[in-house]
Amino acid sequence: MLVSSAIERPRETTPSLLYLNGVTVTFDGFRALDNLALDISHGEMRAIIGPNGAGKTTMMDVITGRTRPDSGEVLFDNGSIDLAKQDEAAIAELGIGRKFQKPTVFENHTVEDNVLLALEGDRTVRRNLFWRPNGHTERIGAILQTIGLKAQRDRLAGALSHGQKQWLEIGMLIAQNPKLLLVDEPVAGMTDAETRTTAELLRDIARSHTVIVVEHDMEFVRMLGVKVTVLNDGSVLAEGSIDEVSANQRVVEVYLGR
Amino acid sequence: MITRRLLEAPDGRGWQFLAILAAAAVVVPVLNVFVPQSSSFHVTTTTVALWGKYLCYALLALSLDLVWGYCGILSLGHGAFFALGGYAMGMYLMRQIGTRGSYAHPILPDFMMFLNWKELPWYWYGFNHFPYAALMIVLVPGVLAFVFGWFAFRSRVTGVYLSIITQALTFALMLGFFRNNFGFGGNNGLTDFYDLLGFSVRAPKTRAVLFSLSAVALGLGYLLAQAVVRSKAGKVLIAIRDAESRTRFLGYRVENYKTYVFTLSACMAGVAGALYVPQVGIINPSEFAPGNSIEVVIWVAVGGRGTLVGASLGAVIVNYLKTMFTAGMLAPYWLFVLGAMFVLVTIFLPRGVLGLLRRGQHPGNQPSAGADPSNARGLTPPAASGLAGSRASSTPSHSPCVGEGRLAQPAE
Repeated sequence: MLVSSAIERPRETTPSLLYLNGVTVTFDGFRALDNLALDISHGEMRAIIGPNGAGKTTMMDVITGRTRPDSGEVLFDNGSIDLAKQDEAAIAELGIGRKFQKPTVFENHTVEDNVLLALEGDRTVRRNLFWRPNGHTERIGAILQTIGLKAQRDRLAGALSHGQKQWLEIGMLIAQNPKLLLVDEPVAGMTDAETRTTAELLRDIARSHTVIVVEHDMEFVRMLGVKVTVLNDGSVLAEGSIDEVSANQRVVEVYLGR
Repeated sequence: MITRRLLEAPDGRGWQFLAILAAAAVVVPVLNVFVPQSSSFHVTTTTVALWGKYLCYALLALSLDLVWGYCGILSLGHGAFFALGGYAMGMYLMRQIGTRGSYAHPILPDFMMFLNWKELPWYWYGFNHFPYAALMIVLVPGVLAFVFGWFAFRSRVTGVYLSIITQALTFALMLGFFRNNFGFGGNNGLTDFYDLLGFSVRAPKTRAVLFSLSAVALGLGYLLAQAVVRSKAGKVLIAIRDAESRTRFLGYRVENYKTYVFTLSACMAGVAGALYVPQVGIINPSEFAPGNSIEVVIWVAVGGRGTLVGASLGAVIVNYLKTMFTAGMLAPYWLFVLGAMFVLVTIFLPRGVLGLLRRGQHPGNQPSAGADPSNARGLTPPAASGLAGSRASSTPSHSPCVGEGRLAQPAE
């Protein structure tokens, strides 16, 4: 029955921005993802939680083309694009931006140049050799305003604090103006005040973008106030509001470890 | 528009560098040709030829710095592009010898007569015309670099693996050029030149002009490289050097940027080789020796990686020292000095000699600026960080984390 329902679903009319079905990834016999299904609607913000090794980062890798799934569907934009057939650069150009778990900004570039490199636009060598600023200064200024790094504009990104680097990454994500933002552990290592600021920032971004947030911090997920998907052993364990999943007995067992 | 682009690229130090080059290009030939030998201001032809050679090396170092310093591609085979440019020039010079050779054959160079060849191989056609030879000087290294880069960068070969392949490339070419039936004069190479565009290559005036041309070529090479690194594409190159995977996730086709800069760099190295050959009067397969290419890396490290001016400076400093050392009784110890210099510079002057001069200034886009003390990469000596660069990307589909040292954690 499951099989037939998967076949009957016409690809073109899948109403979701991102649709994963039956995705399996194996590393040397270890099933990182096991028949994973996920459905993200346009404009939605979704939080994904799960214990270590649940497959959260591997899922991000599959969506962004870093890891190819052994089997399963990874469809984007109402099912019109098969992401499993694209490479990282192509997926980025389709409009999927990713913020990594460990902040990776360009340390030897200024904060401004980091955002500039992320700013949507032609990525070809020729265009960038002869590139001239054209209204970009204002655009970058607006993004820096949003992420609260306006005063750091000319500093080297390597000199920023950990929290500021995380925000810069989020700013780079906004600059790409993607259809889908993947945000991996945005508040890892942040202070409580920084965590609150980040939650506000993400809620702000979610007003105009589709966002997937992967996070460990339950308190932070509660602040976001969105639908939560719990992953365990590479597949979905539960889905619902944070209160619903916290009340789920199996989630309590595997995730909270009690 | 391109001229404007080139002229607005250099910074303060860049203009100083260009001013020195321009002054040298004018003053040195004048002191050589017009000041009488009895005067203490006279510059001997030997000195002119020697410094002309240094300038060619400086251009070669500049070309390596463009790929290594700004894009993290540690090429240990740049000597090959230099030698190919040199051979293209040598072939033109050989065809200019004409009937003045020992066998006095109007078309075939001496070494072909010696091998009893009856006609010119097809790949020697056209080299009697200077414009064709000039085109080949740029085209042959460029095409080789493009094809090499196309395959290597598309397959995401990076770090040490790429360095080893570039060594293999130059080594393979050396073995090929050593063979007589390859058609480039075997181990003797190409030599005994007479004319370059109708001027005798042995005449002091021609030597003086070649010196000036080398200075001009170095200046133009610097302007071009500086324009590239200052453009937005240059920022992308630095981004690739520091976080290749991250750049790819921003949507940049890393392989295209690498292929582009590698090809441009090879063309510059070819020009350097072409100017070198008439000044030293010979080109032979030993120019392809892997050791030569490694020496270029030392020049760049000594001068200051990722500075362009520093790379040129390093080439001149190291080669000047080499001339000093190998002329005297200390000659057998030169390689120890060279090795020690590389080790000491790597440990104590991670930003090279130019880093010393720039101490206290804004570090800018230095590969080893060490802006963040917590960032181990920033403190890594230049050579080591180039070698260690982007190990993670050699296993792209299995490493979930960006950056180094986090290979194959299956899932998080």
